[in-house]
Amino acid sequence: MHMADALISPAAAGTMYACSGAACAYAVRKVRLETDPKKVPVMGVMGAFVFAAQMINFTIPGTGSSGHLCGGMLLTALLGPYASFLTMIGVLLIQCLLFADGGLLALGANIWNMAFYGCFLGYFLVWRPFMKKGAGRGKVICASILGSMITLQLGAFSVTLETLASGITDLPFSIFAGAMQPIHLAIGFVEGLITAAVLIFVYESRPELLMDVTPEGSLGKSTYKKTLVTLCIAALLIGGGLSLFASSHPDGLEWSIERITGSAELDSDASAPYETAEALQEASSLLPDYAFKGSNSSLGTSFSGIIGSLAVLIVCVGACYVFKFFKHPKQREAK
Amino acid sequence: MSRLDHALYEIHHMDMLADRDQWLNRIHPLVKLIISAAYIAVTVSFHKYNFTGLLRMGIYPIVLFILGDISFTDALKRLRIVLPLVCFVGLFNPFFDRKPALEIGAFVVTAGMISMATLMLKGIYSVLAAYLLIASTSIEKICSAMRMLHIPAILVTQVLLTYRYISVLLEEAGRITEAYSLRAPKQKGVHFKVWGSLAGQLLLRSMDRADNVYESMTLRGYRGEFYYGGKTALCTKDTAYLIVWILLFILLKMI
Repeated sequence: MHMADALISPAAAGTMYACSGAACAYAVRKVRLETDPKKVPVMGVMGAFVFAAQMINFTIPGTGSSGHLCGGMLLTALLGPYASFLTMIGVLLIQCLLFADGGLLALGANIWNMAFYGCFLGYFLVWRPFMKKGAGRGKVICASILGSMITLQLGAFSVTLETLASGITDLPFSIFAGAMQPIHLAIGFVEGLITAAVLIFVYESRPELLMDVTPEGSLGKSTYKKTLVTLCIAALLIGGGLSLFASSHPDGLEWSIERITGSAELDSDASAPYETAEALQEASSLLPDYAFKGSNSSLGTSFSGIIGSLAVLIVCVGACYVFKFFKHPKQREAK
Repeated sequence: MSRLDHALYEIHHMDMLADRDQWLNRIHPLVKLIISAAYIAVTVSFHKYNFTGLLRMGIYPIVLFILGDISFTDALKRLRIVLPLVCFVGLFNPFFDRKPALEIGAFVVTAGMISMATLMLKGIYSVLAAYLLIASTSIEKICSAMRMLHIPAILVTQVLLTYRYISVLLEEAGRITEAYSLRAPKQKGVHFKVWGSLAGQLLLRSMDRADNVYESMTLRGYRGEFYYGGKTALCTKDTAYLIVWILLFILLKMI
């Protein structure tokens, strides 16, 4: 994803140098404040590690191709956002000078696209929130994959914007972005998996090396009430808000039926049991077709979503209580 | 040759080139850094249809390759990394920009074809300029030039340390992957079951090495900044070299 000098105009390159320079100055100030004398040697060696590790081919199962780890996300998990940002600048500068990967003029853009997103956003948006309530294998895996995918998507999108702003290509924005984003989504996923594998190894052998990692459960263990409240809020948001955007197209089963019979709904024989059942359903149905009776307003759709979600939640929680009640009769008797 | 071996070879080869006692190598690193940046900036600032104007900018790499006694073939090999992306972006220009620009017999050259050729030439020139810089200037000297430009010491020191340890860790990674491939014959790359442990072992060893490096540096008097030897002031020859090239770039851009 390294930008080449030929793909960027001096004006765009200057702008990106200014943005990256400001971020660099801030990171330098923060690292100096840390007053850890070991920090600089560790940063240097970790930069060399990322460089060496990116040369190792990790086979992607079932594809015959190989990938490498996401340097920004790995470094931010190990060194924190500021030190990892400076380390990535060093790696990018050496890659550009020694291996022609990137360019001197495009260095500012490359620092922004790879180091800024990977280290700053990867840490503040993904790694730290995930580790806030105690670390775990699942959290490390999720943070690595999500962080790699998000930062690569943002980086690829920035490459598209910078190239178009430079007036280099006649390629329309939609086609350029359409080609860049899906490829980098797949790359981000693979890089995330490899990064996760390495971070899991570190987490299990030397967890003290990872940023913000405390033993699982030692901090703010999530309670049953908290989980229930979170689920309720999620249900209300999804049912009440996102249901408005539900597709009006037939679902998979309806689509199949429509292909065979020509209609999304089956005509049934006018038999007595069917008519009785239909009448009963119409009478008992509070919100037919996910709307108020005789109305097509969007309020009805939202209301249906919320009511439906709450009903499902009540049934699930109730079922759990019933299951619990019958599972431990002896414990209940002992109380 | 594996990627790791190839990277090691590249680093040693560039170190060897930069250590030669040539007139180009003796020019002040700050001057060479400024000229390289100026050349790339002027080159990419050419209009996308100004192919003939851009051709004239070839004078800088041609002169330096001949007088500096640097292999042009080695430099061309580096284009394989940059050109695919440049080609991907440039190849669409002939399809979207079909305005006829020139007729050579029955063949019509469109504006898109010219902009594609210009883009590729810009890519080639910028890679060659960066190659000429690194082939005649060691990383240590570039870092000393960066310090003269008041780039923070912490960043420059970090670049130097990364460069110093790249070859060490590449050798270590090479040993690990070689040991792995000997135990997993006919297998391309590293199997997903050992992704974590293989790179993780290298990471833990690197962390331990960083501790040793810090202790060694402290014992040798490291107090937060490296001190660079060699000349720091510009001599008349350096100033003349800088002025000549900058004036030439301005002239080539204006005509």
